[in-house]
Amino acid sequence: MANTTASAISTGLQASRDRTKLIRDGLRKRHTTEAIFKWSGLGAIVLALGFVAILFADVLVKGIPAFTQANLHLTVTYDPAIIKIEPAPVRVAGQSDADFNRANLDWQRKVALLNWNKVVEASLRAEAPAGYEIGSKDLLAIAETDSRHTIRERFVADPSLLGKTTEIDVLASANAANWIKGNISRDATDAQQQLAPAARVLIDQFVDNGTISNGFAWSIFTNVDSRAAPASAGLLGAFMGSLFMMLIVIILAVPIGVASAIYLEEFAPKSRWTDLIEVNINNLAAVPSIVFGLLGAALFINTFHLPLSAPLAGGLVLTLMTLPTIIIATRGALQGVSPSLRQAALGMGASKTQMVFHHVLPVTFPSILTATIIGVAQALGETAPLLLIGMNAFVASVPATPLDQATALPVQIFLWQGNENRNFFESRTSAAIMVLLAFMILLNAVAIFLRTRLERRA
Amino acid sequence: MTQNNSGDTQMDMLAGKVKMTHTSVNSAMNPTDMLERPIRLHAKDVTVHYGAKQALFGISIDIPDRAVTSFIGPSGCGKSTFLRCINRMNDTIEGAKVGGLIELDGEDIYDQSLDVVELRARIGMVFQKPNPFPKSIYENVAYGPKIHGLARTKTDLDEIVISSLRKAGLFEEVKDRLNEPGTGLSGGQQQRLCIARAIAVGPEVILMDEPCSALDPIATAIIEELIDELRENYTIVIVTHSMQQAARVSQKTAFFHLGKLIEEGVTEDIFTNPINKQTQDYIMGRIG
Repeated sequence: MANTTASAISTGLQASRDRTKLIRDGLRKRHTTEAIFKWSGLGAIVLALGFVAILFADVLVKGIPAFTQANLHLTVTYDPAIIKIEPAPVRVAGQSDADFNRANLDWQRKVALLNWNKVVEASLRAEAPAGYEIGSKDLLAIAETDSRHTIRERFVADPSLLGKTTEIDVLASANAANWIKGNISRDATDAQQQLAPAARVLIDQFVDNGTISNGFAWSIFTNVDSRAAPASAGLLGAFMGSLFMMLIVIILAVPIGVASAIYLEEFAPKSRWTDLIEVNINNLAAVPSIVFGLLGAALFINTFHLPLSAPLAGGLVLTLMTLPTIIIATRGALQGVSPSLRQAALGMGASKTQMVFHHVLPVTFPSILTATIIGVAQALGETAPLLLIGMNAFVASVPATPLDQATALPVQIFLWQGNENRNFFESRTSAAIMVLLAFMILLNAVAIFLRTRLERRA
Repeated sequence: MTQNNSGDTQMDMLAGKVKMTHTSVNSAMNPTDMLERPIRLHAKDVTVHYGAKQALFGISIDIPDRAVTSFIGPSGCGKSTFLRCINRMNDTIEGAKVGGLIELDGEDIYDQSLDVVELRARIGMVFQKPNPFPKSIYENVAYGPKIHGLARTKTDLDEIVISSLRKAGLFEEVKDRLNEPGTGLSGGQQQRLCIARAIAVGPEVILMDEPCSALDPIATAIIEELIDELRENYTIVIVTHSMQQAARVSQKTAFFHLGKLIEEGVTEDIFTNPINKQTQDYIMGRIG
């Protein structure tokens, strides 16, 4: 064997056999390396998928129960003994709009001052077995605190209900829901329970007699966050906040990012300056997002005095954060266009601008679109920078414009995660995560759909 | 090849393969006639630097009107580089610097006042690899007239497209699928589409950078025949790797080597009676 290497270039049958043996020996090693590489790659993928599966399973198992919610079917009697109020103002001939509205508001204010908890209490007591002994505070703890608003609003909308009886669904309280779902161990001592023993027994009876039943938790989608009435807390405000921010990011980051990329890639002279800009854009993409939050707080809030906690400021911060991603992805797409296409256009006498807009951009459009949507999705899931510009405030209204105070979906998740009624909000947090993920998957699906469609057309 | 005398054995040998299909090649014009043709392009002392590296050393050549001039030479000899100087495609290459003088009809094409867009409309180009736009066949041909504003109405544009495709000998093959993508055609058809696209803007000069190097022999023969037809109306400059092709389609040939123009002249003279030793070696297959 010693002379095989020396005779590597020698000819003859023996030399050729020796060479073949050498190659064959080496081959075994090569195959082993290949197999190791293949199996470790496969292992990595299985491991990654496993973790994703665990994550999704955890979120689904915890979140799905939150989409059903305990409702109380009450038979509400608008007892004139409790609701001591003059009849609602009726419009008299010749009365001006302003006068009538003033009278109406006046009346509504008086309605609001009535003790509606008494109505709720009476309705609950009506459902309980006759003579059941329970204190009014303990009894009221079964229904969510916003029940009285639900009942009152029904009356304001229809004042003729006075003295009548009607069926109204209200939400069971978060604590009642915890008890029903077993979020708090039923074996826990009275001191550890949130509800009085009499209330717990009554809840179980309500479940048995159908007064309490599970329904779809519309409140998650139609309500804003609530601390006083946790069972009615919803995502609408956060969703709208996220939507506004997303729109701002799309409106600002996409044109600015794509235009910068086109300029840098196609028009800018290659110089030390453009090199410097390029390096900095790449670095910006790696800057921790919370730093963008600090920048936003200093720039947009302190210098430009944009409203605190507003989707406008949040959207601007996320725009700054998304720009490098879009610029880098767009430049990559532009670089990928074959030089022969550029030559074809230039050779025809197209100007540089015509070359870019007639030929290069249409070809790269699908990749730019995908990059954009992924950038926007990333921005949508960002939390840290929003905390620094006050978007973690508790906001109990739906923002009507990007200038109103709002939170965002990921921030809402963060807030609920830290809510003191842990037993109730654990599942609601998971539900919020599901909504956010669904939103993301929707965005990605749109990206994939548009991409395949545009690629087919090209 | 009626005018060939008996000493033209080498020429015959080179052109032999396509003799049957190309009986008209080179016969329409005799050498002296060719040299008396007006000069369309005039180049004097053209140099090209790519950064610190010099690619062309003082190229001077005249390109005759309505004839085919071929540039031959081994790989890296600068023939394509020089071709790209003629329509200023070198402008697009980072760090390329062109010196010397190139005139189109007595006009300096590197003059500040001349717009490169106008120049490229007057000097069309066909590339080595067929590169139709990823658009329909119709759009490919209509693109030039559209951007240069050559067609007032849709009817005008249709006419330009059809006549360009006809001139490129492609119309009959694609007339039923003008709206299908140009990239779906065969290689030879794509290259003819690129020629039709170049013709559509009515250029005076057409530059061809090894237009057949990516094509099979049959597609090559068709393109060569087309070049021969186009020569009646256009000044054509073709870069080719194949000496046979140069001999078949061109009336004037220039031999490049290592960035220098070694020899130029009437094609027949270059192939049968080269003056320079290097030219002789290349034609005999000793360098290249």
